Amino acid sequence: MAKYIVKRIVQAFFVVILIACITFFLMNMVPGGPFLSEKALSPEVLAAKEAKYGLDKPLLVQLKNYLLDLLKLDLGVSFKMQINRPVLTIIMEMFPVSCKLGAISLVWAILCGIPIGCLAAYYRGTWVDNVLRVFTTIGVSIPGFVVATVLLVIFGVKLSILPTMGLNSFGSYIMPVMALSLSPMCYVGRLTRSSMLDVINQEYIRTAKAKGLSTKVVIFKHALRNSLIPVLTYLGPLTANILTGGFVVETVFSIPGLGRYFVQSISNRDYPIIMGTTIFLASFVVFMTLIVDILYKVVDPRMDLSKEAN
Amino acid sequence: MKKSKWSVIFPSLQPNIEKLFTDDSFNPATENEKENFIETKESVTYWQEAWRRFKANKVAMISLIIIAIIVIFAFIGPLFSPYDYSTQIRGSENLPPSWEHPFGTDGLGRDLLVRTMYGTRVSLIIGVVASLIVLVIGSIYGSISGYCGGKVDNVMMRIVELIYSIPDVLVVLLLTTALKEPLQSMFNSSSSDFIKGLATLGPSLFSIFIAFGLLYWVSNARIIRGQVIMLKQQEYVTAAKALGAKGSHIIKKHLLPNCVGQLIVTTCLQIPSAIFLESFLSFLGNGVSAPMTSLGSLASDALGGIYSYTYRLVIPSVLLSLLILTLNLVGDGLRDALDPKLKK
Repeated sequence: MAKYIVKRIVQAFFVVILIACITFFLMNMVPGGPFLSEKALSPEVLAAKEAKYGLDKPLLVQLKNYLLDLLKLDLGVSFKMQINRPVLTIIMEMFPVSCKLGAISLVWAILCGIPIGCLAAYYRGTWVDNVLRVFTTIGVSIPGFVVATVLLVIFGVKLSILPTMGLNSFGSYIMPVMALSLSPMCYVGRLTRSSMLDVINQEYIRTAKAKGLSTKVVIFKHALRNSLIPVLTYLGPLTANILTGGFVVETVFSIPGLGRYFVQSISNRDYPIIMGTTIFLASFVVFMTLIVDILYKVVDPRMDLSKEAN
Repeated sequence: MKKSKWSVIFPSLQPNIEKLFTDDSFNPATENEKENFIETKESVTYWQEAWRRFKANKVAMISLIIIAIIVIFAFIGPLFSPYDYSTQIRGSENLPPSWEHPFGTDGLGRDLLVRTMYGTRVSLIIGVVASLIVLVIGSIYGSISGYCGGKVDNVMMRIVELIYSIPDVLVVLLLTTALKEPLQSMFNSSSSDFIKGLATLGPSLFSIFIAFGLLYWVSNARIIRGQVIMLKQQEYVTAAKALGAKGSHIIKKHLLPNCVGQLIVTTCLQIPSAIFLESFLSFLGNGVSAPMTSLGSLASDALGGIYSYTYRLVIPSVLLSLLILTLNLVGDGLRDALDPKLKK
């Protein structure tokens, strides 16, 4: 167990380093460097600026410096959008908004998704199951921005009962959370249904039925617990899903979070912010996956994750 | 003769020899009897069987028909339209839907019906090409890893694990951002007609393909590896080895053809996810370059006029969702048809 945890932590560390290297080299492929699109600078000023940000050194030295800075949690300063403000400060300012929205959506997706799956499994083969299956299939197929904009048009513009921008009141949370959680919710529902049906056919469920327990107790007490294990493993990808979905939803609803800021920094080509945010969000996702994997091992010790599952 | 205990309980188990064999039993079979032994049913191949199962699946069949209609709309539709996706018609900007322009025109006076057709075409091409890239890289990598086993497998799977844990969408977004300018300058400086032709699609498309080639093949590789590990213990592989076949030959001729069901299903399910990803990137402004368009960038363009021209958003969104939904359903149907063991 301890060996497994250490192994996973080392692996997560390597993933973060790998992402940092990819980010670094990609950003260096951009011709002309970050100052080119500004007003034409005289060669001296350009050289001075490059020296200031350490861009005149060889690439590998730059990479080494960058990684060392990264260990000190120094992500550099913004070039354009908020000139000379440290990227980490900006991220820390913006992230709580996104994080709150994401956490609410995540909890909502799970709280709705699991009952949907249970209902579908409980009433399998009936019209309830069919309706839920159609709903979840459509839900996972519609891109997030379609959901967000359709909600915006219907409830924000045509009916104008919900605020269309910002995150100031309770009402303004409804649409972003709905848009962000629809596809994860449907996915969790499908996952719960199929794993529930797997579990129902197992022996201990037959034993529980044979003891004379009611179907409800069997389903919700005995079957539900074990059928939640696949849902638990989905939590890692779910976090990534909600974070990246946040880019779109925050842009559509003009929410001042990290996602919208990231999108803006891409169109403004503010490279330190793009790099910093990518590494930050990627590390966050890797960290969440790490925790979920360890939890998974605790919940279900039968799983031997160190061996590759086929 | 003393009757056994069991024949008392099950009297029918006691064979009645007099009844079983009469004198006729030892005569040669008549022509009529011989004919009865010949199978009247034609033998059914794997593909016929799979197609029969697929046809029985109504949802998948309807989805397949819808996809066919969308493909015709995207590839043949523009031939019947007098307009072009990039021609800007002066004086007919922002027209509402009418007989002349069934989907109206956009802010630059371009016919939206033709643009939707081209957008659908681009989305479909991206989906298919990206899945083919994933198919090729994933199946080669996975089969080598599974066939070699041991240390090679171990190292190769560590690499897969590493790539698997990278949050893909973030890196794709980064790739499309960073590769835009280098690719653009490559297109501009090149004189070859082929690259010029590619350039109309724009650099972002290539970044998407590069991203798929770098990141998305891993799940496919895992599936193929599992399949190959299972298959390589079969006798025909041992026989091929005993006859002196090389590893590459065994993989090409024996292992991959036997994974073909799996390969088709995973490739089919990859198409909608590629279309999904492209629409996401286009929506964030990192998609195909203007004047070329895709369903995602059409929706993104419509966002500016969402209050007065809602239909411009609705049309590409509905088409996109329909496309992804039907492709997913066909993929599911194919999985049930080609691999009945997996069906739940």
